[in-house]
Amino acid sequence: MSHPWRGSVAVRVESLFAAALIALSLTIPAVAQAPPAPSARFVVVLDAAHGGNDAGGTLASQDGNSQPEKAYTLALSVRLRSLLAARGIYVVTTRESDATIDNDTRSATANHANARACLSLHASESGSGIHLFVSSLPPTEPTRLNPWKTAQAAWITRSLALAGMVNSALTHAGMTVTLGRTALPVIDSMTCPAVAVEVAPEITSGNAQPTDVADTGYQTRVAEALAAAIVEWRSDSRAEGTLP
Amino acid sequence: MIPRYQTVLFVILLVVSVVMGGVLWRLRERAHDRLVHGQDSVPTQAPLVAPSEQATLLVANDTDNSLLPQTLSLPLPESPGARAHAVLGKLLELYAMPNAVHPVPGGPASIAQVFLLPVPPGDSAANAQAKGEPYTGPELAVVNLTGAFAASHPSGLETETLTVLSICATLHANLPRITQVRFLVDGQPRATLAGHADLTRTYLAADTAPTEGSHP
Repeated sequence: MSHPWRGSVAVRVESLFAAALIALSLTIPAVAQAPPAPSARFVVVLDAAHGGNDAGGTLASQDGNSQPEKAYTLALSVRLRSLLAARGIYVVTTRESDATIDNDTRSATANHANARACLSLHASESGSGIHLFVSSLPPTEPTRLNPWKTAQAAWITRSLALAGMVNSALTHAGMTVTLGRTALPVIDSMTCPAVAVEVAPEITSGNAQPTDVADTGYQTRVAEALAAAIVEWRSDSRAEGTLP
Repeated sequence: MIPRYQTVLFVILLVVSVVMGGVLWRLRERAHDRLVHGQDSVPTQAPLVAPSEQATLLVANDTDNSLLPQTLSLPLPESPGARAHAVLGKLLELYAMPNAVHPVPGGPASIAQVFLLPVPPGDSAANAQAKGEPYTGPELAVVNLTGAFAASHPSGLETETLTVLSICATLHANLPRITQVRFLVDGQPRATLAGHADLTRTYLAADTAPTEGSHP
């Protein structure tokens, strides 16, 4: 014979257990999943920075027109996606339209894609040439669970290698490149080799006026150089045996 | 009919009122004279002029994405907080000049305050304070920028990163006890400087100090 209060005690214990689980889940900091085993498919993530309510900077041109950074990065992303797709590379983009997407969603998109390379695309009127940035997080060994805000730390070495590859391709295409490290939340949370690419006006010798960021020819050359770098990166991955 | 004694009393009160009014008017005049005299008085203390000292500024260069050390002679106050404010003011003054290699409008007024806090806060600082000794351990600098500076800062990964790193490196170069730097804008935390550089994290000042002419 069962006591009538046993059922209510069991319900209370279950409720307490559930509450404890919820409380525990709230106290655990956000984590990024451990780097999964490399997939057979070579995936590249393109992150067109800004979008929607976040216009980014303003890019003025010599003809008096100006466009927001968000429009430029989207155009570059679309162009680069086409070039990579034509070379048989599977591309995931963080946005395909003028939509507001927060940094965590962008990083989560890259992390779920199990990407072999992630490029965050930016543009600026300051400086000249192409600015390449890798996360300024100190490198660490990969662990099973990485803190969300510093997940990129386990990938710094690979990110630096990718930046070197992109640097070579851009320099080979005749562009001036500067390399640096920065604290950029969107790449700090990515679990893939990640590089932020910022396109600035091009200053060429013998030409007094710098080439605008928005110049179509300049944008095409940048996209082609980036595509060449990714293709080279894929070849290296195959040579290292991480791709079939 | 008004009695005679009331008439006399009224006249006396009227005379007293007129005399009192005259005395008050005179007192007011004398108080005014004293006030004016006080404003015209010569200073009783000579103004404090800080002696000039050598300060090293890590000046950003947009052309090659570098921080270059530049040594200047500046009047630097004794107080570490005021000294940090002075060197950062000079750094931003350089950025606001017409032909700056890292052009950022704003100038010295862009630094609202610089607070220095012990790292880690607590025991060592409290012990030093209890013993009446000055705290000599590592410090966290909290740099409070003005909203106008953040609003007018050019947007871009490189330019924003260089501004943040040059501030951190300049603080560490002149006040080596500053090991960490955090940023506020108008006294409030802010996600980014102008859309890119992260202002929510604590920057390790020693990591941002480059060797001569190196890239951050």
